[in-house]
Amino acid sequence: MHACIDCHKGLEEERLSRPVKKIANDYHMVRGLKCQDCHGGDHTAFDNKEASHSRAKGFLGKPKRQDIPAFCGKCHSDPRYMRKFNPKIRTDQVKEYYTSVHGKKLREGDKNVAVCISCHDVHAIRAIKDEAAWTYPIKVAETCTRCHADAKYMKAYKIPTDQLKNYKKSIHYEVLTKKGDISAPTCPSCHGNHGATPPGVDSVANVCSNCHAATAELFAKSAHEEAFSDLGQPACVTCHGNHDVLKPSDELLAGGKDTPCATCHEVNSSELKKANEIRTHLQDLAKGIDRAEAILTRAEHAGMEVGPPRFELIEAKDALIKARAETHLVKVKRIKTLTDPAVVIAEKTVKKGQELMVQLQFRRKWLAASLLGIAAVLVGLFFKIREVDRRGGSG
Amino acid sequence: MRVNRIIGWIEERIDLSGVKHLLQEKVVPVHHHTIWYYFGGMTLFLFVIQVVTGILLTFYYRPSAEEAYESVQFLMTDVQFGWLVRSIHSWSANLMVATMMIHLFSVYLTQAYRKPRELTWVTGMLLFGIVLTFGFSGYLLPWNVLAYFATKVGTNVAGVVPIVGRALLRFLRGGDDVTGATLSRFYGLHIAILPLLTTLILGLHLFLVQQQGMSVPPDVERASAQQPIRTMPFAPNFLLRDLFGWFVALGVLAALAAIYPWELGQKADPFASAPAGIRPEWYFVFMFQTLKYIPARVGPFDGEVLGVMGFGIGGLFLLLVPFLDKRAARGEPSPLFRWIGIGIILYIAVFTALGYLAPGGK
Repeated sequence: MHACIDCHKGLEEERLSRPVKKIANDYHMVRGLKCQDCHGGDHTAFDNKEASHSRAKGFLGKPKRQDIPAFCGKCHSDPRYMRKFNPKIRTDQVKEYYTSVHGKKLREGDKNVAVCISCHDVHAIRAIKDEAAWTYPIKVAETCTRCHADAKYMKAYKIPTDQLKNYKKSIHYEVLTKKGDISAPTCPSCHGNHGATPPGVDSVANVCSNCHAATAELFAKSAHEEAFSDLGQPACVTCHGNHDVLKPSDELLAGGKDTPCATCHEVNSSELKKANEIRTHLQDLAKGIDRAEAILTRAEHAGMEVGPPRFELIEAKDALIKARAETHLVKVKRIKTLTDPAVVIAEKTVKKGQELMVQLQFRRKWLAASLLGIAAVLVGLFFKIREVDRRGGSG
Repeated sequence: MRVNRIIGWIEERIDLSGVKHLLQEKVVPVHHHTIWYYFGGMTLFLFVIQVVTGILLTFYYRPSAEEAYESVQFLMTDVQFGWLVRSIHSWSANLMVATMMIHLFSVYLTQAYRKPRELTWVTGMLLFGIVLTFGFSGYLLPWNVLAYFATKVGTNVAGVVPIVGRALLRFLRGGDDVTGATLSRFYGLHIAILPLLTTLILGLHLFLVQQQGMSVPPDVERASAQQPIRTMPFAPNFLLRDLFGWFVALGVLAALAAIYPWELGQKADPFASAPAGIRPEWYFVFMFQTLKYIPARVGPFDGEVLGVMGFGIGGLFLLLVPFLDKRAARGEPSPLFRWIGIGIILYIAVFTALGYLAPGGK
């Protein structure tokens, strides 16, 4: 029995009864906290609004929007209090929040920016590992774009509102939502969460390199690193985009006028010829692997054992992945040292697949021959049985 | 003739009168149920195929968790006709279980278990259990994903038997989990213990069949009061027909092995989760499916325990049927036991089909 819940659940005004319905899913309630732990007041004063809402009893009521970070921070910024629930939990969220664009604008008096409850909900706050939480990796993009994709809401800020639309085209979104890999990047991965700020031109490569470390290291050693820096172009984003990072294809190196290379390099320049050469090596290897896979699959479906050649093909596939990463260093020779041996492996695998298909035909021919032999024996037996039966053997 | 001289030389040293009697005087009754007589011989023929192909496989197979899968892969890809021997061994095992089931139920429905053939039936039932154990133990030997998890599930069911279940599970697995130790003991069971038991019991079974001759179904026996039963000589008439069937089986095996070679699949990974829709080989599916339908608890009892006990009671019933069916022992019609047999066949057929067709069964 709890005076706050008891009273509020019966109230006609929906905004006053709504919290009671929502707290059934609240993580604070699960950890043993109740209304008074956030809002103060006397939770034992049944049917007595004055007593239950008494300021003397610490009643805070509904906090003003600009006070919400401090309201939540009352507990969440207190390490001594929070370590009772989770010794490892961070307690710098409010401090971090005020470094963000949201926090700075809130201090300037802008009440439209996100505060704690904008992302975490209120009265139905779920643990971050809960799949229904607004901040769960698969759901967080929708949470951010509740504001950021609303053109009318964001009009005053003069920033794009097509991020979600673009993000949904990306390979990151596909891996996150279709393959269920929650380590795939979403909004906070690149922008931060409490201290949300878009990465600057000079720091976006650091963000991408948190996951794409090997590729970032190669890029850092390439001629592009200095060139991009001189031109004020962000690394990674210039070629791959930011929200709509598509699955890269070898066609990015084709050098046509719609490709990233053509942004800086002249068509038919030596640099674009180099890019095309790299593309040719990569595509030759990719085609070789595809041919090998196709013939092994045919052989497998026909019942042949393809385990060993498939295993050998893995080396060629690994080489292709490494070679594609090496494009960031833009050295043709290094890419060739990876693709050339791999092409040989792919060709050997194709040959093995062809041998398996020949073996299959051999098996079928011998099966036909042996079945003919067996049929001949059966015919012989049939006549022999008739003969012994006629001889009077069957009484 | 040279053959007669060889036979004469042997007869001076060994008494061949029993063999001569078998070849010259043994007869086989001819009636509308004679077709079922061939299934015992067919099962024996397929068993011989198993022994021959099994021996060939032992030349290359290595019974350890580290090498088993690779040795089978080597057999399939690098050994001349290794793929054929392995596929024939696997297909023949399945065909043998099928012909053995036909043999068992045809003997049951023609009441061939009645006096004086009770021991023949008992030895036959023991052979049935041995063949299923052959199938279960052999299935693990390639050490692939399906085999690993099928063995895990199957031995878990053994663990459910009251009182002795835990000890039985640890005995079968060689520990708490399915590991290389399980593989080694299943291999020993498959190539040494079971063949020895089969040799002894099969020898007794065949001796009894030869001693007592072929059973005639009761309705044919009753009709023979008016008209004597037709017969045919065992040799060469019945034997030639047997041979005909064996060559048909050989052709079917060759076709299956060449057109649908037995898959090897992926190597077992004990840390991976069981593939969705895992099920045992077809001859265990009816039991597996039954256990799926039994609720977790039935009154005060564990559902799985009840299921396993049910199968045990069913097996015991079949083993003891010659001693339970008093009417058949007296040569009288026994419709109750016939309908029980038909019921068992329908139950096995329906639940096997459900195992493949029911949702979640694919």
